[in-house]
Amino acid sequence: MNRVVVTGLGCITPIGNSIADFQTSLFAGNSGISRIAAVSDAPDGLPGVRYTQAAQILDFDPVEDLASGVIASTNRNAQFAIIAARQAARQANLVAHHAPDDIAIIMGCACGGRSSEEHEVKGLYTRDARAHPLTIVRTMASAGASQISIDLKITGPALDISTACSSGTHAIGLAFHMVRSGMVTSAITGGHEAPLSFGFYRAWDSMRVVSPTRCRPFAANRDGMTLGEGAAMFAIETLESAQARNAPIFAEIVGFGMSADASHITQPLVEGAATAMRKAIKDAGASPEEVGYINAHGTGTQANDATEAAAIHQVFGAHGSQIPVSSTKSLHGHSIGATGAIEALATVLGLKENLLPITAGVTEVDSTLNLDVIIGSPRKTTPKLAISNSLAFGGLNAVLAFRPFR
Amino acid sequence: MDDIASRCIAIIAKAKSIPPDTITLDSTFEQLNVDSLDKINISFEVEEAFNIEIPDEALGTIKTVGDMVDGVTKLSAAAPPAATTP
Repeated sequence: MNRVVVTGLGCITPIGNSIADFQTSLFAGNSGISRIAAVSDAPDGLPGVRYTQAAQILDFDPVEDLASGVIASTNRNAQFAIIAARQAARQANLVAHHAPDDIAIIMGCACGGRSSEEHEVKGLYTRDARAHPLTIVRTMASAGASQISIDLKITGPALDISTACSSGTHAIGLAFHMVRSGMVTSAITGGHEAPLSFGFYRAWDSMRVVSPTRCRPFAANRDGMTLGEGAAMFAIETLESAQARNAPIFAEIVGFGMSADASHITQPLVEGAATAMRKAIKDAGASPEEVGYINAHGTGTQANDATEAAAIHQVFGAHGSQIPVSSTKSLHGHSIGATGAIEALATVLGLKENLLPITAGVTEVDSTLNLDVIIGSPRKTTPKLAISNSLAFGGLNAVLAFRPFR
Repeated sequence: MDDIASRCIAIIAKAKSIPPDTITLDSTFEQLNVDSLDKINISFEVEEAFNIEIPDEALGTIKTVGDMVDGVTKLSAAAPPAATTP
């Protein structure tokens, strides 16, 4: 089997639209969560929800990077995807060194072109309006994968994975296994999502799981999640191909584990999360004692954080309370299909810089969780192995394992 | 320039993210780098703005901004007043 390494990174996120800016914000603990800006199609731009904050990308202008025809035919999420994928592919110089049909494009996106769909539906139901002729191509969830293939002239396997909040993690895991097995020699993989529409805000409000202020994962006074948007992309390839041309290597992907709770559509199950972690560690050929960092799913809800902590203790035993844990959602928000990819990016940068990011906005960790949650300032350490957890609604769990590359 | 022409030019300028004063009635869509996606997008925006329906066969024959303005002028004369709300 091939060893698989990360040779290119890209992102459009609430804490930076380049890897350099993202990294600066990540380690400075600068949160991208801010007051909700005017919402398209909402009366007076106000979503009318009980919460006031979201992790929005306020400085994104596709005109700088994309042709008008591409802008017209894409929703915001696919625009994020194209630009972030370009960053990753360019950094790795991937397309020049792999046959176009030997590169896979594996994306995670669960919500598709939600704001475009809502806009057209509003016109339809309120004034029997005609739909915009590009509605279909703007709203299909696979648009990001298609647009990246067109933009980068990549002809290998390309597809979208929709597993709610685990989509990006599942995508990276599948791409990793495809490269490891030799099905392809490289991949562009990650997640993208721009779900912050009027209907999306209202639907989440009704679920009563969004923090009235901002998410504080693992805090004693945590009171919910914070919604977000963004994209993170990885160029991955065989170690052999990366070394043959002296490509930059940011980390090695060594394991991927998946599971389904088979229990409840919203309530997470300890056993499901624990199984995914165990399988990722086993896939990496590692032992639980080697894990030196966990980038948690850590949404900031009572249910998720307590369940995830219990799962960590079940998998790691006495070692569980000694492993540094953070939830970077406190910085970049919960961007559904993209969030796992953004957290994998934070994990890779942490391994590269020997610096583990904080859980922002937390002053007192919930002591009943018995976890070593990183707060205050980033932790300088060099883990042998790091895992990144994604635990989606519907009980679809995915965990990636990375090693630093020395 | 009449109102229909200036509104058509404004729609094209917005769709292409270019200044309106770079577009004239003699500009061809080829010169403006209007591809097939731009054309379908601009046509829809024009239909919405003037409350008209451009026939499929007409789309293929429109080569210049002036062609579009002429077509919209004819179709508008036979159409009800444009909607005032988006």
